[in-house]
Amino acid sequence: MAAGTVLSRLRLALWGLVAVAAFAAGALFLGNLQEAARQGSSLPGAARFGGDFQLVDHNGQAFSSEALKGKPHALFFGFTHCPDICPTTLFEMTKHLEELGSKADALKIFFVTVDPARDTPEHLKKYLSAFDERITGLTGTPDQVAKAVKAYRVFAEKVPTGDGDYTMNHTATVYLFDAKGTLASTLSWQEDEKTRLAKLKRLADRG
Amino acid sequence: MTNRLLAVLAVLVACVATNMPDQVRAGEKAAGIKIEKPWTRVTPPGAKVAAGFMTITNTGNEADRLVSGSVALAKTVEIHEMSMKDGIMRMNEVDAGLEIAPGATVVLKPGGYHLMFMGLTAEPQEGQPVKGKLKFEKAGEVAVEFAVAPLGAKSIGGGDKMTGSHEKDGMDHGNHHMNHGK
Ligand SMILES: [Cu+2]
Repeated sequence: MAAGTVLSRLRLALWGLVAVAAFAAGALFLGNLQEAARQGSSLPGAARFGGDFQLVDHNGQAFSSEALKGKPHALFFGFTHCPDICPTTLFEMTKHLEELGSKADALKIFFVTVDPARDTPEHLKKYLSAFDERITGLTGTPDQVAKAVKAYRVFAEKVPTGDGDYTMNHTATVYLFDAKGTLASTLSWQEDEKTRLAKLKRLADRG
Repeated sequence: MTNRLLAVLAVLVACVATNMPDQVRAGEKAAGIKIEKPWTRVTPPGAKVAAGFMTITNTGNEADRLVSGSVALAKTVEIHEMSMKDGIMRMNEVDAGLEIAPGATVVLKPGGYHLMFMGLTAEPQEGQPVKGKLKFEKAGEVAVEFAVAPLGAKSIGGGDKMTGSHEKDGMDHGNHHMNHGK
């Protein structure tokens, strides 16, 4: 292995540590949040969750969080170099949207990349073509994405892989926001399908 | 010069001859290792990675270890473990390889251990099995053929029965008899 590679890996690892520290608090918060969501109690700190962002959609158009106002929406973070949870979440979401039919037209669904370096708008567009067209891919400059990641208290860290490339650890929770922009609920990949569908249906009904 | 070349050739031939893998089909045994249902699934268009799953049983009386693999449609293959905690998905390379104790069965499945196919050179197509090789410390090289399940499949053959508690079982990897030594 070349010294340069070792150094760059070390740097990645160090950045990873920084990310871990920075988001540990967020992760704890998320843990509590999900527990509350499971128990059906009101979500602590829900009003503070989310925030303003400027990103770029999979058609290359600027996308501002302003566009979410007044619309119930679901938002989750991931990346396309993800072998399992991201395509699965997109697939499950597609299935739910089909099951909800026209009811789901009221919902906006967003897949926000945590890997803007590789997930360009064109790449996101191609990738998302396999899923429901009501799902919009969002990316942006590393800075724009970092801001969105922070606003949603999402954890994201790069992990170097053996081939000199990298993969990412990230929050996989799907956040559901009502029309007022308040966090209404979350979806987890570990829940059964019926629970997830019911939550989405409730969100669409409630608006 | 010619002599040297011949010597190198002789060594090469010897290597190939001794490492000649027993070509084993899925479900058959290779020196104490039984591999069942190797599968992968269709990826979204443009995807650069995919995952391979299977059930590995050590039928021998010595511990063995899955150390590496290769697959026709990817540049590299790594052995990974995925886990979920507090809503965070983490994926780590299993550096020391995946140990399989004598008599033990290790399941590679969504949400847990998987072979990570990296740098896809072609996208898996349904109905077109993908050839690959697994390398075990003791059993040596084992040829496998990954069946290709549809996009989003959670298992192969047995339908989508792996919801709820089963998936949670897969996520709970606190008790694996894994050697994390580096
Ligand atoms: Cu992986």
